[in-house]
Amino acid sequence: MALRREDVFWAAHLAAIAIDEKEAETYVEDLGALVDAYEKLQAVDVEGVEPTRQAAFGTAPMRPDEVRPSLSPEEALANAPAREGTSLLVPRIIE
Amino acid sequence: MSLTDLTIRGLAEALARGETSSEEATRACLERIRTTDETLGAFLHVDEERALERARASDARRREGKALGPLDGIPVAIKDNISLRGMPTTCASKILEGYVPPFDATVVERLEEAGAVVLGKLNMDEFAMGSTTETSAFRVCRNPWDVNRSPGGSSGGAAAATAARQVFGALGTDTGGSIRQPASHCGVVGIKPTYGRCSRYGVVAYASSMDQVGTFGRTVEDAALLLQAIAGHDPRDATSLDEPVPDWVGALEGASLEGMRIGIPKELFVKGLDPEVESTVRAAIAQLVSAGAKVEEISLPHTEHATAVYYAIAPAEASSNLSRFDGIRYGLSVREGGMRDLYEKTRAAGFGTEVKRRILSGTYLLTKEHQPLFQRAQRIRTLIRRDFEEAFAKVDVIVSPVAPTAARRLGEAFESPVESYLADTLTLLCNLAGIPGMSVPCGFTSRGLPVGMQVLGRWKDEASILRLGAVYQRETDWHLQAPPEVA
Repeated sequence: MALRREDVFWAAHLAAIAIDEKEAETYVEDLGALVDAYEKLQAVDVEGVEPTRQAAFGTAPMRPDEVRPSLSPEEALANAPAREGTSLLVPRIIE
Repeated sequence: MSLTDLTIRGLAEALARGETSSEEATRACLERIRTTDETLGAFLHVDEERALERARASDARRREGKALGPLDGIPVAIKDNISLRGMPTTCASKILEGYVPPFDATVVERLEEAGAVVLGKLNMDEFAMGSTTETSAFRVCRNPWDVNRSPGGSSGGAAAATAARQVFGALGTDTGGSIRQPASHCGVVGIKPTYGRCSRYGVVAYASSMDQVGTFGRTVEDAALLLQAIAGHDPRDATSLDEPVPDWVGALEGASLEGMRIGIPKELFVKGLDPEVESTVRAAIAQLVSAGAKVEEISLPHTEHATAVYYAIAPAEASSNLSRFDGIRYGLSVREGGMRDLYEKTRAAGFGTEVKRRILSGTYLLTKEHQPLFQRAQRIRTLIRRDFEEAFAKVDVIVSPVAPTAARRLGEAFESPVESYLADTLTLLCNLAGIPGMSVPCGFTSRGLPVGMQVLGRWKDEASILRLGAVYQRETDWHLQAPPEVA
């Protein structure tokens, strides 16, 4: 499963990170080595083994569904790069 | 001996006896930061005014006979991925430059409720991705034992600041070794508790199934005092362990290793291990035996796959977690063109190379085509956990080196990212299994660089690793060595 330049551009597209040709070259090499390492995992017998998805064993907590205090709009928006009143400003998305 | 050379316990006793004040100790630390940090680069942010205010409040409490406990008035600092209301939190990334969290992390809330005085935020690898602190977007962090060397990482600032007497202790995070490895390289104690022991609420996520907050101190007792304050169930973190926190610190008094069974995993003494590191750790093990412990060789057979498993799971989780940095609600925002441009250009300009590398490899693995491989990694993670379960049926703790070498030279490139990832093998097993681990100083190389021994415990059994560490420090004086003065 050799990693191709298209794979890197596709991952960058999905991850919403702009990369140029030169960066893509570097990542093909770096990620290619990682992918080779992942491939070695194919040799391990995992028949019947459950996956470990998290390490909080035995906890599946429920909490009461109640209204609790949270940040005020002013606090929540204090770091906004662009805002208007209590709204976040973004570029136009509907032409 | 100056005030900043005291341990947390020593300072707490001096405060209790009225020999010094928190303000005096805080000023002494701030002065050390002023004189040493231009070179060391351990801090990304220092808030003198806030610290002095808190220190004076601590002194006032003490005068009224209302001192809070052993941490009241003790100057500490926190890694820059842990939120403190009103203080910048950047994760050493340009994408979070200028971001000021509107809330405290639970661990910070608890630390301050115990009276500790937070001096500022500590340098780290960007988003905790790295093991040299060289991926920090803001400044170089240096090892106090040799300023041409890296302090390790990702919590390099926390380890360097604690070693250099800029603070009495610190909080860090450990996803694959980010507390234990820099602790080892800087000659201090670093504890990564059981997954879920400390709340992740308010801690910027890297790989959520392994991220854990932990502590740095110059002694096992100091690191345990900090851990005692911040551990415990938190309903705001769904993965928080809902279990009582034992009195770890109290149990250290008069502790003994009589009858303790120590496992030495043959897979963790492998080729590539620096002979000096190996002989130092083996000498420490011999000392543990003379203190009453029993040693036996054990096996963790799936170790050879651990690095690939970790570097599949951690980037996959990271690619998902870091999608929140979109340039809209906070942080860097490159506003050129439409919505898609905003996302892509903000993230291109805001993330460094290593972070992008991990996001891209994680994204790649999570595409439909490659998901079976990702799930295979999660299954092998189960096999790694079972290795530990089997080992811990025979022994109480496991001892190994923390890292294959002592601190590396700054800028000394690994041949490839994969080669650098392999250096994390000894520490990341512990995160995959969710068990507690610690690094304890156990000697020096011939160049005078500190070496740490890693101690791993059963799930939820921090008590045994702390006991081993405390007894070891009673018998040795490695932890009492101070690095040379920084010019």
